[in-house]
Amino acid sequence: MTMQLMTDIKHATNSNAPIKVDVKNLDVHYGSFRALREIDLSIREKQITAIIGPSGCGKSTLLRSFNRMNDLTFGCRMSGEIRLDAQDILAPGVDVVDIRRRVGMVFQRPNPFPKSIYDNVAYGPRLYGLRRRSDLDAIVERSLKSAALWDEVKDKLGQSGFSLSGGQQQRLCIARALAVEPEVILMDEPASALDPISTLRIEELMHDLAHDYTIIIVTHNMQQAARVSDFTAMMMIDDQRAGRMIEFDQTNIIFTRPKDKRTEDYVTGRFG
Amino acid sequence: MTQMADLIWQRRAARIRQRKVTNAIMLSLTGLLTALALVPLFWIIGYVIVRGGSSINLDFFIHLPTPLGVTGGGVLSAIEGTVVITLLAAVFAIPPGVLAAFYAARYPNRPLGVALRFSTDVLAGVPSIVVGLFGYTLIVIPMGHYSGLAGGAALAVIMLPTIIRTTEEMLKLVPGTLREASLGLGAPEWKTSLSVLFPAAANGIITGFLLAMARAVGETAPLLMTALGNERFSLGQIVGSGVEGHQSVFMIIGRIVNQPVDSLPLTLWKYAQQPYPERVDQSWAVALVLMIFVLLVNIATRLWVQQRARRLKG
Repeated sequence: MTMQLMTDIKHATNSNAPIKVDVKNLDVHYGSFRALREIDLSIREKQITAIIGPSGCGKSTLLRSFNRMNDLTFGCRMSGEIRLDAQDILAPGVDVVDIRRRVGMVFQRPNPFPKSIYDNVAYGPRLYGLRRRSDLDAIVERSLKSAALWDEVKDKLGQSGFSLSGGQQQRLCIARALAVEPEVILMDEPASALDPISTLRIEELMHDLAHDYTIIIVTHNMQQAARVSDFTAMMMIDDQRAGRMIEFDQTNIIFTRPKDKRTEDYVTGRFG
Repeated sequence: MTQMADLIWQRRAARIRQRKVTNAIMLSLTGLLTALALVPLFWIIGYVIVRGGSSINLDFFIHLPTPLGVTGGGVLSAIEGTVVITLLAAVFAIPPGVLAAFYAARYPNRPLGVALRFSTDVLAGVPSIVVGLFGYTLIVIPMGHYSGLAGGAALAVIMLPTIIRTTEEMLKLVPGTLREASLGLGAPEWKTSLSVLFPAAANGIITGFLLAMARAVGETAPLLMTALGNERFSLGQIVGSGVEGHQSVFMIIGRIVNQPVDSLPLTLWKYAQQPYPERVDQSWAVALVLMIFVLLVNIATRLWVQQRARRLKG
């Protein structure tokens, strides 16, 4: 098996791409504790945006705001605006279930369902009423192919999701997320629990997926952010322990001529 | 070796000896106490087997009780009655129990969730005879007669706390990431509970039910005041006459639950108090049957759970 080098897969950074997710003045509170303060961010369509920053600065909180997963935490309040295309997903009365279909999520540790590989991927489509075997077969195959897992599992779709290795499980979770045809894919440190080879494969996958999906990834691995992303958002906590957006720009600018000194300190390793 | 090293070496030998002695003493002590703790269990099992074994024969299981002196009697009515009442109790207890546990696990901080957990603990401590009185007052008196329905309801109340508790514990053991994965795909809460949480927790939930059932099967006090006992209870006869009379399934079921029903623990209690040796022997046999039944349920539960867990691990 030959590994395609990162340079072979060219995916162009396009700073004129339309804005897919627009965050305006987002504040997130957990009870009385303010986790995020006045976040402004514009995620461009079909580009890979990385959110970096030291531990605890609110990267995951920000990511989870995009699909309203923060709602699951008791006492969480969000104010401000997050526009997915034209729709403000923080508005009261918005259909959270639909948001979560349009904005899919891949978690840090692979979490396949205790079902077969096939049933894992088919879970999403079945939710929406797809029952016919031929339809589901097609979706499962397409999703697994998009996740670069089809060749490895096509003969054992009936086996449990847990029978796969860690890297394969994570790709299974990606396939599962792709099966409902989202528009945006959120990845919360998707490769931090994986070995370097699996990490590289996931990164290749991200480049492929960026042709069709908008990808937002949280990572504490700066080299990964530099390798993979088109845009980078730098976050840090202020003196009230709330996360703030320090700088947001094209990745090559953030890593070579950042405008903010704190960004420069962080990416050069002087701090963090 | 220097004198100092010699001393250290000697001391070391003494310490090792002392450790070995202490080890042996503690091992024997704990072993002895363990054996002591097991004595009641094995004594009971042994005694029941010895006393009850002689009265067990095929007739015991397939015939209704016969008058004293007539051979060939059995406890079929009690066996059938126990099955009916336990099934009824399961039907009454499982849906509300499991659903309530789902709610409490999902919303542990809401007032209803907190109230549920507290009430479950309180209910678990209510004496079974009080539950029987409850069933008597609320079901038997309004209905005007003892019935299997009342017995099933009383047993359901006894089973409820166990079912709720184990289901809730099992749900809490399901990793939160599974739930997040399902919600992240756009599944509504109820679908997540049904398609992901429930299968993941199913092992534990079924174990909880089986354990609750094993306990309920042996309860006597509540049945005293609700099902009463009925030596003429025979499913075969009820179903048979129902079919002959072209009665609907519902009517037949109605007739089954709407009359006093016999039960194994009740029979045991009745027979053990009678002055006739045959009856006393039979009560020992019933004890043996009950004990073996509970043992089988526990063993089968464990085996089934193990096998299912092995299958899921792939």
